[in-house]
Amino acid sequence: MRHVNAWLFLLPAMALIVAFTHVPAVNTFINSFFLDGRGGMPAEFVGLENFRYLLEDEVFLKVLRNNLLFASGTIPLSISLAMVMALLVNAKLPGQAWLRLSYFVPTVLPMIAVANIWLFFFTPEYGLLEQVRSFLGFSGVNWLGSESTALICIIAVAVWKDAGFFMIFYLAALQQVPPSLGEAAMLEGASRFCYYRRIVFPLLMPTTLFVLVNATINAFRMVDHLFVLTQGGPNNASSLLLYYIYEVSFKYWDTGYGATLTLVLLGFLGLASIIQFGVIEKRVHYR
Amino acid sequence: MFGLAKAIKCFLLSLLAICCLSGAAFAKQTELVFYFPVSVGGPITKIIEGMTTEFMKQHPDIKVTPVYAGIYRDTLTKALTALRGGEPPHVAVLLSTDMFTLIDENAVIPYDDILSPAEMSFTKNFFPGFMSNSQTGGKTWGIPFQRSTIVMYWNKEAFKAAGLDPNTPPKTWAELVSFGKKLTKKDASGQVTQWGVAIPSTGYAYWLFQALAIQNGAELMNQEGTKVFFDQPKAVEALQFLVDLAFKHEVSPKGTIDWATTPRDFFERRTAIMWTTTGNLTNVRTNAKFDFGVGMLPANARPGSPTGGGNFYIFKKTTPEQRKAAVTFVQWMTTADRAAQWGIDTGYVAVRPDAWQTKQMKAYVKGFPYAAVARDQLEYGVAELSTHDNQRVTKALDDAIQAAVNGSKKPADALKDAQKEAERILRRYNK
Repeated sequence: MRHVNAWLFLLPAMALIVAFTHVPAVNTFINSFFLDGRGGMPAEFVGLENFRYLLEDEVFLKVLRNNLLFASGTIPLSISLAMVMALLVNAKLPGQAWLRLSYFVPTVLPMIAVANIWLFFFTPEYGLLEQVRSFLGFSGVNWLGSESTALICIIAVAVWKDAGFFMIFYLAALQQVPPSLGEAAMLEGASRFCYYRRIVFPLLMPTTLFVLVNATINAFRMVDHLFVLTQGGPNNASSLLLYYIYEVSFKYWDTGYGATLTLVLLGFLGLASIIQFGVIEKRVHYR
Repeated sequence: MFGLAKAIKCFLLSLLAICCLSGAAFAKQTELVFYFPVSVGGPITKIIEGMTTEFMKQHPDIKVTPVYAGIYRDTLTKALTALRGGEPPHVAVLLSTDMFTLIDENAVIPYDDILSPAEMSFTKNFFPGFMSNSQTGGKTWGIPFQRSTIVMYWNKEAFKAAGLDPNTPPKTWAELVSFGKKLTKKDASGQVTQWGVAIPSTGYAYWLFQALAIQNGAELMNQEGTKVFFDQPKAVEALQFLVDLAFKHEVSPKGTIDWATTPRDFFERRTAIMWTTTGNLTNVRTNAKFDFGVGMLPANARPGSPTGGGNFYIFKKTTPEQRKAAVTFVQWMTTADRAAQWGIDTGYVAVRPDAWQTKQMKAYVKGFPYAAVARDQLEYGVAELSTHDNQRVTKALDDAIQAAVNGSKKPADALKDAQKEAERILRRYNK
């Protein structure tokens, strides 16, 4: 009887997880062996053809490389920036509320609006960056139109947007640090640096793990800015995995290959969560 | 408990009322959902909504809901996504070049299946150049609506300032370069303040590149849309020319040039010459604060431009009444008078010869002769690049063009890669 009750309590959540997570995942796996049938024709079983193509698809390899660059750019930058901002707004400063607000604003703005603002910044010839540049007398850069700079621009926007969000978590964590620890450290004559290094940062580690998980997920699910800023161009220089999946699956309706690409994405996220919860989790708690 | 029962009863009654009401509405009104894209500047959405309102006033039995769905590519994506979801639009304006894709997806129905052969004669009213992208296999799949060609806009003040005759645009590639050099202005620190020419390489890169290829005497695909010829020497030369404009002659910005902001660059005097669709004509006329000219594209081996723009398609998932209503709507939207007015309001080429004979169009062309440039250029028009799986094939070409103008691949290598990719995509249509 007790089991029945327990299962009944689990049922709503189970139903949702199965319907929106497990079934689609299994479907994706099955679909990856098929070539999409055109115009209502049944899909054609092609075995490993989609996977073979994956390995010779230059665009995919480029997109994958972009995404890894994007992750290794945004994750450390946004986390460290968030921590610095949190430390700043945690200190007793005049106008502290305004400062907190202004750091947090990028997070509450709609993504598409944000991207449109940045689009104006990056516009060649008369965008804001160009105005600054011509004032300082450097030579012109076509920020979003050059293969060498497009991805960097996307990273900058993502960091700008994420850092404010992560700051909130750090701020909450900082305010949980008992003041008595700081007082004790002061009595012991520890330097400020030592206090942060030996007491504050270790106490922040669980938050850092949480933020790290979020940052990793964000790095792989970034797609909306691309629609506005670059459409993945020029020549796929700023295209990321999820955007490429969208293109393949919904622009070209190659759903089989789209499913294959989705498996790669799932694989990456799975790997990331194994590392984070299996390895890092064990080391973050202050003992 | 009584309260609950009452509430349920109330709910059921109102449900019944809604069903009856909408049933009554269905009985006398045919509903059409109409997707349309906007790809040029100006108040296109407002114009389209005005037209549909006017249509409904004249046809009270048909209700049209216009839905703005982004640029062409987004509109196609949305229409096909809605189709897979089971609720496609009933009628939509999509690229003429998406014809093969729409047929392959079993999404649209030819007009011949709705109308009798005698009624089909209305298709003869349109310019043959526009119909070539609308018919295949002896059937008519699309009716031309917002059709265009690429034209060249130039800033007459800039020409005068550079010592050029403001009424003589460059007529050949060589002139384009030599004029461009005179028109490119630098400030004291060596920075360019005005470029000679801007040919966009995002948005519709393949389209502008196709213009260059045509001018160099190259055809990019076969009639059936199953083969492409991207890496032929003449196409490579055309791409090399585009790259040279930026890197060798330095008359055009390096890197990609954005489709959407090019008109703005022109208004802001950042570029003296631009290539863009004639659909931007009214936009330019409204926003350019200087005297400007409009001309055919310069020639190399021959003059020429691909046609472009959108057709009306009717979707297959429609009732017979809806199909009839959709045809009525399409025919109403493309009458001579309305085609003329649409051309005047936007700058798109009025799609039928008799539209150019209407009083309002004659008066307009008299006061603004540039309105006729795109029509005259139709004589040298070539069907726009259109293949099976068109979006994907053009993406391969777009990527190649962007790689070349960014200097990351040589034009020959870039086009060879695009050719390889296109052949892989088209393999299933060549069986």
